[in-house]
Amino acid sequence: MLTEQERAEIEVHAACYLHRRAAGPEALKVVQAHRGWVSDEALADVAEALGVTATELESLATAYTMIFRRPVGRHVILLCDSVSCWVMGYERLVEHLRSRWGVALGETTADERLTLLPAACLGACDRAPALMIDGVLYGDLTVEKLDRILEGLK
Amino acid sequence: MERPLTEHIRAEGEPPTLAEYERTGGYAALRQAVGKMTPPEVRAAVAESGLRGRGGAGFPTGKKWGFVPTGPGESRPKYLVVNGDEMEPGTFKDRRLLEGDPHGLIESTIIAAYAIEAEVAYIFVRWDYQTAAARLGRALAEARAAGYVGRKVAGSDYGLEIYFHVSAGRYMCGEEEGLLNALEGKRPTPRAKPPHPPVVGLWGKPTIVDNVETMAWVRHIVGRGPAWFRGLGRGAEGGTKLYGASGHVRRPGLWELPMGTTAREIIEEHAGGMRDGWSLRGFLPGGASTDFLTAVHLDAAMDFGSLEQAGSRLGTGAIVVLDDRTCPVGFVANLTAFFARESCGWCTPCRDGLPWMARTLRAIEEGRGEAGDLALLEEQTKFLAPGNTFCALAPGAMEPLTSALRLFREDFERHVAEGRCRYGRAGE
Ligand SMILES: Cc1cc2nc3c(=O)[nH]c(=O)nc-3n(C[C@H](O)[C@H](O)[C@H](O)COP(=O)(O)O)c2cc1C
Ligand code: SF4
Ligand code: FES
Repeated sequence: MLTEQERAEIEVHAACYLHRRAAGPEALKVVQAHRGWVSDEALADVAEALGVTATELESLATAYTMIFRRPVGRHVILLCDSVSCWVMGYERLVEHLRSRWGVALGETTADERLTLLPAACLGACDRAPALMIDGVLYGDLTVEKLDRILEGLK
Repeated sequence: MERPLTEHIRAEGEPPTLAEYERTGGYAALRQAVGKMTPPEVRAAVAESGLRGRGGAGFPTGKKWGFVPTGPGESRPKYLVVNGDEMEPGTFKDRRLLEGDPHGLIESTIIAAYAIEAEVAYIFVRWDYQTAAARLGRALAEARAAGYVGRKVAGSDYGLEIYFHVSAGRYMCGEEEGLLNALEGKRPTPRAKPPHPPVVGLWGKPTIVDNVETMAWVRHIVGRGPAWFRGLGRGAEGGTKLYGASGHVRRPGLWELPMGTTAREIIEEHAGGMRDGWSLRGFLPGGASTDFLTAVHLDAAMDFGSLEQAGSRLGTGAIVVLDDRTCPVGFVANLTAFFARESCGWCTPCRDGLPWMARTLRAIEEGRGEAGDLALLEEQTKFLAPGNTFCALAPGAMEPLTSALRLFREDFERHVAEGRCRYGRAGE
């Protein structure tokens, strides 16, 4: 069941398009913002609210990178693996995240604290290597800087 | 030197509020356009300026606008879409404009919508640009409250609604038709064309899609005239350009410079040259989808015509430097892996070809390459050449690869022959 709040937010988006169905990606983001990810049940509820089939909505969920169809940790790290960050040594960060923080690309730690996902160029190539945590951008990263950031998270 | 696009952008902190923006002449061009000019006059000014698209392809903006059916009795509503998806690796220019000058973009968007007689505009921003999204949202609310957006734009009879869409994330959302599909709530795949979007676009209606940096020019061209715009460039192409540089240069960054500034000036003066201990081996002049150039091309003017002559493209104007300590095979393997992951799967050569190429390049890089791999790769690049796919993602992916296979041939051959990479890990 969608909450009243979720329904209201979805309706705000639906009003921005010619057809309700166009709000599919936005509606999935709404649910995800409240629940962290989009379960099968939530997907079906959103489909009903927009008047589309769950299969149609699933085809969106699998096309868009920022829709999570599996639970994620309390903090989601999007690590840029595109070219400028590669040149500037992002692979060192991947290795460090695995050895020191116990999280590999595409995985969530057992304590559900961190999820690490590879990301396309974050548009911060002048501050490479770069990553985002919970929507906040960090650049010019070194392993020391990364440790300080992660230690500051709950 | 004039820097119209970035002049009022602050290095830190919040962008100008509506009041601050108006104090520096903001929304004057809008009042002039809707109050004193007809839509054809605005279109003529943009066409006369010679402005070319800053989103990568360089198509003349005025010409594109000219494809839109206009006048009474035409199919309505019409749409204007601002493309702020910016996911081309190496590129970070639209971010600056979106975060630093939201009112400038909104004013230009309103004028452009007026010019093509659109009643609805969408500003499309990638998911990761959260700061930009928040600032644009605030600026849009201010503009609406001040009567610049809504049923009577600046007191005129022209009505415009502007909506704001934050992407759910995918490189293909930046592709013109992928973007339209994304706005319609579909997967971001291209469409069969013709008809092209200016005639049949969003929900089947005439639609113009322009890049953020392109759009940002509209208010300046209307306010100060096409001749002024043309005079800003060094050579035949007008305006300034947001040029970027990343890689092992001393000061990676973004600069607004006259169109046609040379790569040498950007890399050596603005970016401070290469870091000590690193030297330049080659560079992508305009993001991930452009052909490599080398030191012999440093004096080429960074404009559309000159870079085409040099065998590459201006693309997004974002220079990515390849240095002598970084493996060119690894560099191209990284690019190809990006394109393979972002392929929308619509066309077979791209969907199946790119992952194979990415794997083969990775194998060569790791010393597992085989004798025939390079010839096979070269053959594959032809299947992904322009004309074989629905969109420019795959042909774009072939530009750095084809040029690398030619320019850095000995590196590829040595990887295969020696079964190892001689370079250290990137960045070290
Ligand atoms: C795969 C792909 C991704 C693209 N991404 C963007 C983008 O993020 N932003 C953009 O402005 N143009 C992008 N483009 C180019 C658009 O298709 C289109 O040409 C452009 O938005 C038109 O605007 P302009 O004429 O102002 O350059 C992309 C093209 C392709 C093939
Ligand atoms: S070239 Fe690739 S990304 Fe473009 S439409 Fe074809 S499969 Fe999709
Ligand atoms: S390549 Fe990493 S932010 Fe652009």
